[in-house]
Amino acid sequence: MNIKRLNWPLWTGFLLTLAAFLSYFFIFVLFPFTRDFPWANLVLFVIAGVLLFMGLRRGFASDRPHTTRSKIVSSIVSVLSLAVFAMFIFVIFVGGRWLPASKGAPQVGQRVPDFSLPDTSGTQVSLNELLTTPINGNAPKGVLLVFYRGYW
Amino acid sequence: MRSIERSLSKFNEAGIRPVAISVDTSEDSRKLAQNQGYTFPILSDHSAEVIRRYDLAHKGAGINGEDIARPAEFLIDATGTVKWINLTENYWIRARPEQVLEVAKLLR
Repeated sequence: MNIKRLNWPLWTGFLLTLAAFLSYFFIFVLFPFTRDFPWANLVLFVIAGVLLFMGLRRGFASDRPHTTRSKIVSSIVSVLSLAVFAMFIFVIFVGGRWLPASKGAPQVGQRVPDFSLPDTSGTQVSLNELLTTPINGNAPKGVLLVFYRGYW
Repeated sequence: MRSIERSLSKFNEAGIRPVAISVDTSEDSRKLAQNQGYTFPILSDHSAEVIRRYDLAHKGAGINGEDIARPAEFLIDATGTVKWINLTENYWIRARPEQVLEVAKLLR
């Protein structure tokens, strides 16, 4: 392939767009600093956007060979990239808020109902046991209940 | 849960026992703990009974349309009283261990 003909800003921009999307779920979600607000991903999207803009200009330049084809390709790649960006914004800022209000959840100051559930070895464990079984030889001061969606 | 495991020694020092709960089976939770190196207790509420009693059910959000837990954290003191809650409004934003440890200082 002739390197002069390859629209490298366009393709680099496209690959960076995909990386900006996927890296949140595989890398940045692991650290609270980059998870709570996806600024690292937004920075990557901005750089990708600049590259795509350059690629689009290049694709529409009149001195290019296969002018029609390069216009079509650069347009499709740009629209796809924009769709990936829109999906990211949607998943994080819109989809992420689809949670029940949980108005009936225990409030500060209330006693929580006791329960008993199996642990990872199948042994039934009650909240009362969790609150009284010593930690490193000392009576616990409390329990942090962490409810999570699970992985089914 | 990853950040809780990382801060587990601080939780132990503070006398706070982190406990995770989901609809996963004990077997799935055991695999998760093994793969991720989680050493705190993970409980299985497969029928979502406790999750519903705490009004934390996200109806039909499971992969086969079953009810699962929405993310939520509760700090309970030794008498079983709620001292702090975090019901996040965005799935991607969670409580940080430092927040919990700060509140835990007030527990006797």
